[in-house]
Amino acid sequence: MRQQHLIAVAAAFALFFTLPAHAQKLFTRDGVVSFDATAPDSPETIKAIAKSGTCVLDKSSGAIEMAVLIKGFIFERALMQEHFNENYLESSKYPKAVFSGKLDDPASVDLGKDGTYNAKVNGKLTMHGVTKPLNAPVAFTVKGGKVSASTKFSVALSDFNISIPSLVSDKVNKTASVNIAANLAPMK
Amino acid sequence: MKKIFIAAWATCTIAFGAAAQSGGLLSLLDEQYSLDRVTNAFKSPRVINTHSMEMLSPGTMDFRILHRFGEVSQGAYQLFGLDQASMRLGLDFGITSNLSAGVGRSTAKKEVDGFLKYRILWQSTGRRNIPVSVVWVSGMTVNGLSDPIGIEGVPVTFSRRLGYYHELIIGRKFNEWFTLQVSPTLIHNNLVANRLVPNELYAVGIGGRAKFTKRIAFVWDYTYVINRFPANLNYNPLSIGFDIETGGHVFQLHFSNAVGMNERAYISDANSNWLKGEIRFGFNLSRVFQLVKRNIF
Repeated sequence: MRQQHLIAVAAAFALFFTLPAHAQKLFTRDGVVSFDATAPDSPETIKAIAKSGTCVLDKSSGAIEMAVLIKGFIFERALMQEHFNENYLESSKYPKAVFSGKLDDPASVDLGKDGTYNAKVNGKLTMHGVTKPLNAPVAFTVKGGKVSASTKFSVALSDFNISIPSLVSDKVNKTASVNIAANLAPMK
Repeated sequence: MKKIFIAAWATCTIAFGAAAQSGGLLSLLDEQYSLDRVTNAFKSPRVINTHSMEMLSPGTMDFRILHRFGEVSQGAYQLFGLDQASMRLGLDFGITSNLSAGVGRSTAKKEVDGFLKYRILWQSTGRRNIPVSVVWVSGMTVNGLSDPIGIEGVPVTFSRRLGYYHELIIGRKFNEWFTLQVSPTLIHNNLVANRLVPNELYAVGIGGRAKFTKRIAFVWDYTYVINRFPANLNYNPLSIGFDIETGGHVFQLHFSNAVGMNERAYISDANSNWLKGEIRFGFNLSRVFQLVKRNIF
């Protein structure tokens, strides 16, 4: 009987110490990631959107991680999507794009209070098997306790060893501008 | 007593360890949540002759121009068969991601064919783990010759022009490099040459791909017919070739002993003998058009 009590106490301890740690974290599984890589004079628009980006933000440390499945990007044209996966991003070899970084000054962002906070995030972006540093501005909006975040940055395709054949170089831009929007919910 | 304290301590440590793990924030989300559907098992909806486990995307049309030349064994005078060509023009349509339909017309027998293709299972990993794709194809052919029978006293009726095929494709993309599929097939010809030739042919097709660069793959397909009439000097169709993807087009260049370009034709019509060099050069040219653009924003 006493043994059972002690085990229960131990378990309660374990829960007690893990739960608050989790409550410090916000997450999403349906972050929207879109990009536009249309060349200036291109006859076709080269845009895609993925609606299942995952993201976890640790409020106390400002650490942030985000991932999106390359296959999750939807294009206007199926053939573009196929070439994007098969030839350019090689999604079966490199299935995800992952960002891992930290807010520059987490103390300036009080996600417990309504308002708009402009912050900067600093970290590394890994895609197509290449990791590069990435700095981007992040805007947090807190309204009625609900947190949403958005960011915009651009990536040079050559930085990530994504080679575009000369045949389509008038359509595909050398850089892609990326937009991300996510509604973050507390992790239980 | 001591044991219990150790257990308690261990539990706490493990719990702390998991929570304090840095750089693994995303590992807190259940990875199994996402569903990864296997795509691009083949470059095109046909292996060479056989329907492949691959489907067209919704809203697309695949314009297919197929050529089969004469037998290589005819020698230089016929430019190794290139002087003769048989062709099929076809249009395949992607209706939903799991449903396609197509029509085509071949010069051989002036035959018109049409089919419906439905994906019952889609190979996937993650939330649902499905090891294979399963696709059903049913097609119908109409012989368009002015005199398709050529026997006096046998009247030409519409139903005597018809043939059917049904195919169940079970395929798996093992990895980026290798795909394999097996397809039990049933062919029905409403009219056959004589009583000894079965109306119904049972066959098993097998086809595969070895993709060795981003744009080039080695492909092959073979169909074993179980109940061919023994005295019928006919051979099972074997085709081997390369898929070459050029951006807009997919070229399938191959050698085959079959001249037919729909399931009924290449399985039940006369094929020649590989071992005697009675093979033909041929190509499938495929160009996919987006008829209905997806609204993504």
